[in-house]
Amino acid sequence: MTTSSLKLKDLVNKDIRLAPGHRMCQGCGAAIVVKMALLAIDKPVVACSPTGCLEVTTCISDSTAWKIPWIHSAFENAAVTLAGVETMYRALKKRGKISQDMTFVVFAGDGGTYDIGLQSLSGVMERGHDLLYICYDNGAYMNTGTQRSGATPFGASTTTSPAGSAVPGKLQLRKDIVKIMAAHNIPYVAQASPSHHLDLMRKVQKAVSISGPKFINILSPCHRGWRSKADDAITISKLAVNTCFWPLYEIENGKMKLTHVPKEKLPVADFLKPQGRFAHLFRPDNAWMLEDAQRQIDAEWAALQATQACEASGN
Amino acid sequence: MKTRIITKSTCKPVISEPGNSAVYKTGAWRSLKPVFEAAHCSSCLLCWLYCPDMSVIVHDGKMEGFDLDYCKGCGICALECPGKKGEKAITMVKEDIL
Amino acid sequence: MKKMTAVTGNEALAEALRQINPDVCAAYPITPQTDMMQRFSDFVADGLVDTEMMLVESEHSAMSACIGASAGGGRVATATSGPGLALMWEMLYVASGMRCPIVMAVVNRALSAPLNIHCDHSDAMGARDSGWIQLWSENAQEAYDNFIMAFRIAEHPGIRLPVMVCMDGFIISHSVGVMDFLADDKVQRFVGNFTPQDALLDVERPVSYGPLIVTDQYHEYKKAQNEIMDSVFAVTEAVASEFEYLSGRRYGLFESYRLEDAEIGIVVLNSAAGTCKDIIDEARENGVKVGLLKPRLFRPFPYAAVAEALSHLKVVCVLDRSDSFGAFAPLYVEIAASLYPREQRPVLLNRIYGLGGRDFMPEHVEAVINEMTDIVSRRIAATPKKYISLRQYY
Ligand SMILES: Cc1ncc(C[n+]2csc(CCOP(=O)(O)OP(=O)(O)O)c2C)c(N)n1
Ligand code: SF4
Ligand code: SF4
Ligand code: SF4
Ligand SMILES: [Mg+2]
Repeated sequence: MTTSSLKLKDLVNKDIRLAPGHRMCQGCGAAIVVKMALLAIDKPVVACSPTGCLEVTTCISDSTAWKIPWIHSAFENAAVTLAGVETMYRALKKRGKISQDMTFVVFAGDGGTYDIGLQSLSGVMERGHDLLYICYDNGAYMNTGTQRSGATPFGASTTTSPAGSAVPGKLQLRKDIVKIMAAHNIPYVAQASPSHHLDLMRKVQKAVSISGPKFINILSPCHRGWRSKADDAITISKLAVNTCFWPLYEIENGKMKLTHVPKEKLPVADFLKPQGRFAHLFRPDNAWMLEDAQRQIDAEWAALQATQACEASGN
Repeated sequence: MKTRIITKSTCKPVISEPGNSAVYKTGAWRSLKPVFEAAHCSSCLLCWLYCPDMSVIVHDGKMEGFDLDYCKGCGICALECPGKKGEKAITMVKEDIL
Repeated sequence: MKKMTAVTGNEALAEALRQINPDVCAAYPITPQTDMMQRFSDFVADGLVDTEMMLVESEHSAMSACIGASAGGGRVATATSGPGLALMWEMLYVASGMRCPIVMAVVNRALSAPLNIHCDHSDAMGARDSGWIQLWSENAQEAYDNFIMAFRIAEHPGIRLPVMVCMDGFIISHSVGVMDFLADDKVQRFVGNFTPQDALLDVERPVSYGPLIVTDQYHEYKKAQNEIMDSVFAVTEAVASEFEYLSGRRYGLFESYRLEDAEIGIVVLNSAAGTCKDIIDEARENGVKVGLLKPRLFRPFPYAAVAEALSHLKVVCVLDRSDSFGAFAPLYVEIAASLYPREQRPVLLNRIYGLGGRDFMPEHVEAVINEMTDIVSRRIAATPKKYISLRQYY
């Protein structure tokens, strides 16, 4: 496995393969996620993004922020579009027309992953294509104006699940995309956060060293949709991790491991409070929602810990 | 990079100048500006890592300031800067609007 | 001497695929195309080709994979039918808009609902505005020949557009016909090596595919795409004459059959042309001056040449195996558009036949010919649009 240094003093000497001049909002988490992931990879990368914020802001008109080969074809098919590229790579390698080593990475939003892109993603995972699929999860369809997605957290007010007087925001839970991916029995699945950059980059580095399909779900703060502050992408993702809203773990060859355990598990309200999309949860009449949110998180966290303990004990 | 004239021979939505977005100066979007105080810098390089716009300039492992051509003024670098002895090395100030 | 072989249409195209041995083939099973890809999968399994097969989970993914593979920088082929083509719809426009020279066999099938697996042309007609070049084929021989020529047209440096080769589901795909295969080496030499353009897999020269194009350029992109289509006529003819040299078989943009001295004519696509030609021969023996025009290149459409071939007629009946509900059917619309600029032009009829695999029989052709004769002799007035070959219920 590649073990080139992930120390910042070494990373600063690397070319960042995403150029400035991209049109993401100031302080966008997606840019940070892509930057960290690319820094963690040494090989040439061929990338693909579905329609969404990252795509429309990095490749527009005659201008591209990508310094690597990159393709966008539509919204629901990033995994299979890149699998097509990867298959052509194998075909041309077999026929002696390409010799260079390279790695294939999808950078897709949660809508393009959890929802409309799930079928093609599942097919790619099942067929075992050699690529890494990174979902930058900002928990809504941001590019089209913050509509709810299958990744939108319980309680969040979005433009299609607004907190009104009759319905207090999104009442359904998030899909557990990491478990869905793990159920494909692929060699590597993980969840990461830009607040824990070393953990994130180690996961990406490990993923690209493994052949076959890999999936990493990465929290990607969007202060526009989350209605928080432009400077809080890192602070808020740290709160997501330390409240266990966003547990950091990996599943390697079926074996689950928590890669970070918060020293002190904070109440989820600490993560929700700075975000306007959850403001209504702090009204007295919605106290039950806050309690529900906490219960869900406690249950997921307990389940993850139990799984890890069970696997560690040899089961 | 010029906006190309779309003809029979150029009508393919493919861009062959990697990273040419750099001609687009997003610094113009900024209303707040980061200011660097080298004396308080511990060279942790977190600001370089976190900046979504590749606008933190580092030479020989040392933070040296900002590329204001692209810095959108989000303030992440300032918020996350650990600085030295309780003093941050980055602060955000209002951009002068002439 | 030519070696004639009895095969089905699907076998013929699977054989063409074997001879061409594309780099990547992504497909999803759907009747009546399935058996073509099954046959090709056998060739892969037995090592007769070294194509990378992608057996994806839907036609939308098949076309998406073809686009990725084509942008990657190699030769790509696929096949589908009816609902499969309909599911690809969004990606068809992406394939042509991104200038991916993909070749696809379309084994024509009706669209749901109601569910029906048999032949009509609703699938390909629904894709006629997608920016794909369309070649239509009367029988297995023409489908095979078109399929081989399709790669040369698609990959021509001035074109670089996807091509669909249509043949009738079941009627051609599953019935045995006698045909002449070209030798493997002849096909390979004719098709030649694939020349990549803007290959995504060239990591030394990174390119970005698929930018957001806003109002300042999109309109021009589409105009330019239309201009490329204008170049397709000459390329298709040049490829056909090279192919004639190779095979002895001659193909134009459309086929004119006994039209020169005709008074009335039929326009029809694909397999029904065969039945029509037989009945035309019989009618000719009885002194009826009838001919036929069978488009081969439907996109782009050769309007002026078609008008030249038809304008001297008194009545033309356009037979459509698909419909536009509440409107004239697609082939009729093209023929009407061809003839409109001509001062002298025939009376035009639109007859819908054979939907969902309804048999198209000699008596249907006879009835059409009789109707046109009656219109010429003013015994009856012309009804613009009608369904023929309807069943009578008592
Ligand atoms: C087939 C199709 N349906 C809908 C859309 C509209 N659309 C474009 S991007 C988008 C949302 C993207 O959300 P996500 O994948 O989460 O990425 P984000 O913008 O949040 O980064 C939607 C709904 C589309 N482009 N194509
Ligand atoms: S809307 Fe959100 S995800 Fe989209 S560019 Fe802006 S900050 Fe990033
Ligand atoms: S303010 Fe934001 S864009 Fe500017 S240098 Fe700091 S992190 Fe980068
Ligand atoms: S974050 Fe602050 S202390 Fe660290 S390198 Fe940047 S300016 Fe210096
Ligand atoms: Mg999103």
